[in-house]
Amino acid sequence: MLTKRIIPCLDIKDGRTVKGVNFAELRDAGDPIELAALYALQGADELVFLDITATVEKRKTLSELVNKIAHKINIPFTVGGGIKTEEDVSVLLQNGADKISINTAAYIDPTIIKSFAKNFGSQCVVLAIDTKCEADGNWYVYLNGGRQKTDTLTTEWAKKAVDLGAGEILLTSMNHDGTKQGFALDITATLSSTLPVPIIASGGGGESAHFYDVFTTGKADAALAASIFHYKELAIPDLKQYLNNKGIPIRL
Amino acid sequence: MNTVIIQYNAGNIQSVLYALERIGMTAVVTDDPSLIQSADKVIFPGVGEASTAMQYLKERNLDVLIAELKQPVLGICLGMQLMCRYSEENNTPCLGIFDEQVQKFITTEPTLKIPQMGWNTICDLKSDLFTSVPENSFAYFVHGYYATLGKHTIAKTDYIQTYSAALQKNNFYGVQFHPEKSALVGEQIIKNFIAL
Repeated sequence: MLTKRIIPCLDIKDGRTVKGVNFAELRDAGDPIELAALYALQGADELVFLDITATVEKRKTLSELVNKIAHKINIPFTVGGGIKTEEDVSVLLQNGADKISINTAAYIDPTIIKSFAKNFGSQCVVLAIDTKCEADGNWYVYLNGGRQKTDTLTTEWAKKAVDLGAGEILLTSMNHDGTKQGFALDITATLSSTLPVPIIASGGGGESAHFYDVFTTGKADAALAASIFHYKELAIPDLKQYLNNKGIPIRL
Repeated sequence: MNTVIIQYNAGNIQSVLYALERIGMTAVVTDDPSLIQSADKVIFPGVGEASTAMQYLKERNLDVLIAELKQPVLGICLGMQLMCRYSEENNTPCLGIFDEQVQKFITTEPTLKIPQMGWNTICDLKSDLFTSVPENSFAYFVHGYYATLGKHTIAKTDYIQTYSAALQKNNFYGVQFHPEKSALVGEQIIKNFIAL
């Protein structure tokens, strides 16, 4: 049976992991490759690397890092952060990334979704959406790392992106991100039951039960989290054993 | 050991090379017919679309060359599908090494996403390719088309229906999943292929 995926996310700046990580197993907690290898060994099903470097050297630093990751990691990984052009995608895939994720650039110019899907295949085009539920009860798309609101409904943008060729949706709820109170179950379930592509839920995962909820009520295909793994508040093997015991299809 | 990865217009070729390097092997990525023919082992990878890949192979006479290889050949994902008789993906006649044909996943169940993307089990394992690989091991799949069950099936997977996760005919092997991305199970399968 196809299993639900657990995906740790690593934020990268200038080739280093950003969030303070304290793993006794690691010689260098700031080394994204060492941390990624540990997660892979612990049973992570995929990895996401989000590059938040803002310098002009970014592209070169990132492609070199991706190449090193690809030489070390034996599970699939996605790279995101500032990807705008076919050249950006081509360099990352040639250096060994399996998928790329796009967010604001795709909203500004949705035709890149189509061109990326045509040239590289939908399976490697992940559309990331930052979304927030407003007072009117609707979920809206936010851009630029959540700093800029739009008037576009998340359901509409997601459907359009999938029609253009996005192969997967990475949905982050800004209402839930950082709260550790659980994932946004309603919007995740809405997208998952209306779109033909997998939905990765992100934002709010604080304990094992939240992952159970997002895979059942939320109908998510995968769940992403960062700090709870980095700060060892939740160990991946424990989480996966819990889900397996609760009857969720999981790779152990 | 002289391993060649066939270079053509399909993705994931570098990933296969890196996977070999992770287990201490090397390989040459090439579309040179003489290098392919003289290799000890040939890997035929691929992520992409069947008809454009077949057209590319035909233009370079690689279709005939691959089908006539005598050494162990491992097709991965699209590579395996192209080794079948026919693919429903844009109605493409393929290499015809395996009699099985490639069909599109069809379902009315909205929770079953197409393509299948993620980790699924492989079972009924029958081949040296799976030495030291336990039944129901997990492998990583990304595909919207599948090879039917048939006499060349050496591993099965369930998604929407049961299909061929791997095929073998004589020196030709094919896997639908990505051993290069399937953690330790995948590394074992690659090692087994190199050891054939």
